Amino acid sequence: MDKKQKMQELRVFAAEIRLETLKVIASRGFGHVGGSMSMADAMAVLYGEVMNIDPKNPRWEDRDWFVLSKGHGGPVMYATLGLKGYYPMESAYTLNQPNTKFPSHTDRTMTPGVDLTTGSLGQGMSEAVGAALGNKIQGKSSHVFVAIGDGEADEGEIWEAAQFAAHYQLDNLICLVDDNKRQLDGAVADVMSHGKGIGAKFDAFGWDVINVEDGNDVEQIYDAVQEAYKTKNKPIALILNTKKGKGATFAEPSGAHSSQPTQEQWDEAIAAAEAALAEIRGK
Amino acid sequence: MSYTLIGKHEKDSRANRDGYVSAMLELMEQDSSMVHIDCDLMGCINTGKLQKAFPNQTFNAGIAEQNAMGVAAGMAATGLKVFIHSFGCFAARRAFDQAFLSAGYSRLPVHVIGSDPGVCAAFNGATHMPFEDCALYMTVPNAIVIDSCDYAQTYALTKQLAKQPEISYMRLIRKGFTTVYADGSDFEIGKGVTLRDGTDVTIIASGILVDEALKAEEALAAKGVSARVIDMHTWKPLDEELVIKAARETGAIVTAENHQVSCGLGSAVANVLVENCLVPQERVGIQNRFGQVGPQDFLMKEYNLTAEDIVAAAEKAIARKA
Ligand SMILES: Cc1ncc(C[n+]2csc(CCOP(=O)(O)OP(=O)(O)O)c2C)c(N)n1
Repeated sequence: MDKKQKMQELRVFAAEIRLETLKVIASRGFGHVGGSMSMADAMAVLYGEVMNIDPKNPRWEDRDWFVLSKGHGGPVMYATLGLKGYYPMESAYTLNQPNTKFPSHTDRTMTPGVDLTTGSLGQGMSEAVGAALGNKIQGKSSHVFVAIGDGEADEGEIWEAAQFAAHYQLDNLICLVDDNKRQLDGAVADVMSHGKGIGAKFDAFGWDVINVEDGNDVEQIYDAVQEAYKTKNKPIALILNTKKGKGATFAEPSGAHSSQPTQEQWDEAIAAAEAALAEIRGK
Repeated sequence: MSYTLIGKHEKDSRANRDGYVSAMLELMEQDSSMVHIDCDLMGCINTGKLQKAFPNQTFNAGIAEQNAMGVAAGMAATGLKVFIHSFGCFAARRAFDQAFLSAGYSRLPVHVIGSDPGVCAAFNGATHMPFEDCALYMTVPNAIVIDSCDYAQTYALTKQLAKQPEISYMRLIRKGFTTVYADGSDFEIGKGVTLRDGTDVTIIASGILVDEALKAEEALAAKGVSARVIDMHTWKPLDEELVIKAARETGAIVTAENHQVSCGLGSAVANVLVENCLVPQERVGIQNRFGQVGPQDFLMKEYNLTAEDIVAAAEKAIARKA
């Protein structure tokens, strides 16, 4: 398959993930739409092309790992894994219902394909660093991908983990920063700004940093991962310039953190996501 | 201490968080040394109102609870009275070393507000559901630990906490749960409230279990059992006198809490009974389990935190009387 065709497939996959993410959250009626939707394109690239995985054997020991450190984005992960066949997609429509296997935040004890438990921001980053080191000293050639939020990057633990990863030269670790410019209480710039920027911080901590101008463009993300694979002896951070709520008609304009739209708004958003998918498929 | 019990088991039309915010608006107005620090969760408890009205006394520390707690201690050392908020799970577990040393050991007036206690974390699920937050703060010498139950009580106790010279931790139910007290009710830190008198058994409850305890009392009365009900909003310092009196006069105790029984209200009461007046005690609360996701009413059933569970525990305690 040539690259052009590959990218077209990833665009379709990203649109499918967006549609399913909305459906998963709509099954409960409310949830973390914003930070789920901004991640859809990165998820499509990782699970659609880049990662070495086996949905029938989620804990396959030579797999690539993925840790959603911004664990409140659970729905985008549930959509992605469902579409990949880790479980029937409909089973994720039990989000946050009593006795569900699909809780708000990603949980390794519950959902097939979830490698590590997150929800307390910052923790997933350290866990991912540990997994990268563990895999490395056991001779694995796999990679660990970890996704953090730009608000989450407020946590000191992120930078303790960054320091550790650089010290141990974990070139099998790739951190995707969902730089959607918003956290819970509003704009990152207003709540807690990042000095010279998150990329500059990673750089100062000894990481290779790749800026992805449009973090909602599958091709740019894909190219950045290929570039990251070339780095030796350093962990790599991909700064994805994304839009919070991307593709959710009721959340994208405001960049809302969590949403509880009306039924009409849900219908409108799902119809729009279906239309977007049809349009991309038609290309 | 003067209060008016409503106790009709009706949903509170106001969110408890607004009890905190209203009290803080008044306190900040009267006293420019009152400060609120939040950790990117202003949107959850409406403290944006404080920021708007008192921008020089309100600070957002971002998602960085350990630093926020240390900053709170440092500000307190300069003579300020500092309130700091995060979800109970993070306000306790995440920032505990700083709370213990920078604030507690250093004898500084840092008042920690932990929202969404226990099953109130509902749809945020296991990672956000603290059944051990009070336990941690109870280990800090001199700390005050409070599980408030409704709007009026949260308002009144916030006012009291502002006068305390050392560390405190108060749980804050974010939403409106049930109205227990009328507005204007007043409470004293460390003094339990006897809401119903009784002779056969005493139910000692706090937070969301107070209303369940009142319902249990009514169900027991219908069966001919006379139950006393105490709202023990302050877990530490515990109102030992009231516990001992209840044990002597009713001969059986049930504790009810939205927290692990092994290290919370149930164990605090048991400590008092063991040393002073050993009577049968049954503990309603979390029994060595982690949290999970779901609606609060489902979780209350799942973890046996309902009036029916209190009734069953009361009958068991009474049956165990010598
Ligand atoms: C330690 C910790 N503190 C607070 C929270 C509550 N919380 C959940 S999401 C969130 C905002 C996250 O912002 P960001 O990382 O930018 O995520 P995104 O905008 O991509 O959704 C907060 C404060 C948490 N989950 N963990």
